[in-house]
Amino acid sequence: MSAPTFDLGTVHGGLRLPILKDESTAQVIQHVPVPAQLVLPLAQHAGQPAHPVVSIGERVLKGQLIADADGIISAPVHASSSGKVIAIEQWPVSRRFGENAPCIVIECDGQDRVVHLAEDIVSFEQQSPDVLFQKILYGGIVGLGGAVFPTAHKLMEATTESLEHLIINGVECEPFISCDDMLMREHATGVVVGAQILLHALRLDHCYIAVESDKPEAIHALSDALTELQDDRIAIKQIPTIYPSGAEDQVVQLVTRKEVPTGGLPLDVGCLVQNVGTAAAVYDWICKGQPLISRVTTVTGDGVAAPMNVLARIGTTVADVVNFVGGYTERANQLIIGGPMTGRSVTTDRVPLVKATNCILVLSEPPSIGVERPCIRCGDCAQVCPVSLLPQQLFWYACADNEAKLRSYGLTDCIECGCCDLVCPSHIPLTADFRIAKLRMRELADEKARAERAKQRFESRTVRLEREQLQRAQELLRQKEVVKNAGPKAIEEILERSKTRKDED
Amino acid sequence: MWIAVITITGIALLAGVVLSFASRQLPPDDNKLVAKVNELLPQTQCAQCGYPGCRPYAAAIVHGSAEINLCPPGGDDTVRRLADLLGRDAVPLAETARQQLPDSVALIDEALCIGCTHCRDVCPVDAIVGAHQFMHTILTGECTGCELCLPPCPVDCIEMRPAA
Repeated sequence: MSAPTFDLGTVHGGLRLPILKDESTAQVIQHVPVPAQLVLPLAQHAGQPAHPVVSIGERVLKGQLIADADGIISAPVHASSSGKVIAIEQWPVSRRFGENAPCIVIECDGQDRVVHLAEDIVSFEQQSPDVLFQKILYGGIVGLGGAVFPTAHKLMEATTESLEHLIINGVECEPFISCDDMLMREHATGVVVGAQILLHALRLDHCYIAVESDKPEAIHALSDALTELQDDRIAIKQIPTIYPSGAEDQVVQLVTRKEVPTGGLPLDVGCLVQNVGTAAAVYDWICKGQPLISRVTTVTGDGVAAPMNVLARIGTTVADVVNFVGGYTERANQLIIGGPMTGRSVTTDRVPLVKATNCILVLSEPPSIGVERPCIRCGDCAQVCPVSLLPQQLFWYACADNEAKLRSYGLTDCIECGCCDLVCPSHIPLTADFRIAKLRMRELADEKARAERAKQRFESRTVRLEREQLQRAQELLRQKEVVKNAGPKAIEEILERSKTRKDED
Repeated sequence: MWIAVITITGIALLAGVVLSFASRQLPPDDNKLVAKVNELLPQTQCAQCGYPGCRPYAAAIVHGSAEINLCPPGGDDTVRRLADLLGRDAVPLAETARQQLPDSVALIDEALCIGCTHCRDVCPVDAIVGAHQFMHTILTGECTGCELCLPPCPVDCIEMRPAA
């Protein structure tokens, strides 16, 4: 292996935020026991929700497929423990839009019996990339960094491009969250072997594992694992501890010094980024036969009794997880799923832990935002924007609903990191405004597409009606011609015939 | 001084002649303008403006026979955009125009449909399929919510539902 390099690459803007991770990294990852009930949402990934393949009352085993992928961009869901399906119903979940989503509810029997795998586990080196892609799809593996894009699809897309590097993203820049850090410390071998599997599947021979410089334990553990596995294709790259250096495009920029073009993907600069959690999940599935049914999550904040990192089954409710770490403190006031910058506040702890849940944050008091005042055009937001946008201009055009300007000022490139909110002296909730503006832009685009379609259909109908009218007129002319040619005698004959028919009636 | 007066008058006269000639011989391309106006209309083809569809209404606006405030689905936004494009004053939506409809699509109660094809024939975007004496149905994805199919139905089996 190569020695860890220390390289403070550059990326525009960003903020040095308080780290606040010491409480949760003080002890090793604890295992949450099997809960009484599991709630598994059908849409835990980007794309089409999975469709259930079990019925109510059916007994399921741990690792059994309970909902299958639907469509091209989708991922299956597996039972996280053994038990009985008691309902397939709407349940509160944590996601950006909408409160309830269809979920499969399993009453656990506590025995945690594992489903028998149909095929034996063979070494990944003996499997072809296509077989591996299919397997990764069946394992329900999605990007655990937050976007939860189905991993198999991302890998298959990447093989069509000129790919140079695989980047395993261990940069966890948001305050409070430390699940990736603990995963790297305790399961470094899993992460590295996962990276090897991905390299093999992608037919690549170069991989960086990007880790922030403030995680020496994780770097140490990864170095040890690399030494042990003797793999010189994989190198550790240290990244400065600046928020949001862990965002996909920012990691690419920090590691390769190439900027992902506007509207593009890391693939456009020859990179593919996968989270360390995803790499470990790939290892668990390909080498140990365990699909994505559990994940490491940070439970922290001053609202929980004992902050720590836990390994919990997907579908365990937040209430069960919090109970496991000793329950809420008296000061607990706000529950956030995700980190303080990009997470989402929820009103109930009945929501389940899903594949995307990297943090359960309980705070004693909501952060004081302050009264919103008019923009004073100070430009602080533009200084900190990691994608070099001009939030003050975007805000201006978002207020005016000026779609063309929003597009030309690159609203679609906003990664919603929240840096501009934090520095704004007028306390303008810029990120929230941008989210709404993005939604509005999508709506307008849909409307436009619909109008265009309706216009085409109307025009082709008009053409059709004109054509039919013309044909009818021609037919009439032709018949008139026929009658004319037949002469008066034929007309008399016809009249006679119709008269006799009338008489018969 | 006279030289200047004569020169300027001469230039003005010449420009006047050229411009009047141009305006007579080279009329503005109406088709292009109609297409531009049509682009701003919502394409629901609902005929609430009194013309059989958005394009005919666009043509009527360009030829000066229609006001720009007759389109209820477009609302005041469309009036404003049309005013911008045509250099006219933005006027409030006409009183005679029906109220702006919420986004909706038609739905046929298939148990009641008698297969008369009346609705199929009036649909401006061919979003209704069905043969004579057979049940009809609406292609929800193509329906613009114009409500033109409601009046001809003899058994009132079509209703408007909010668009998904």
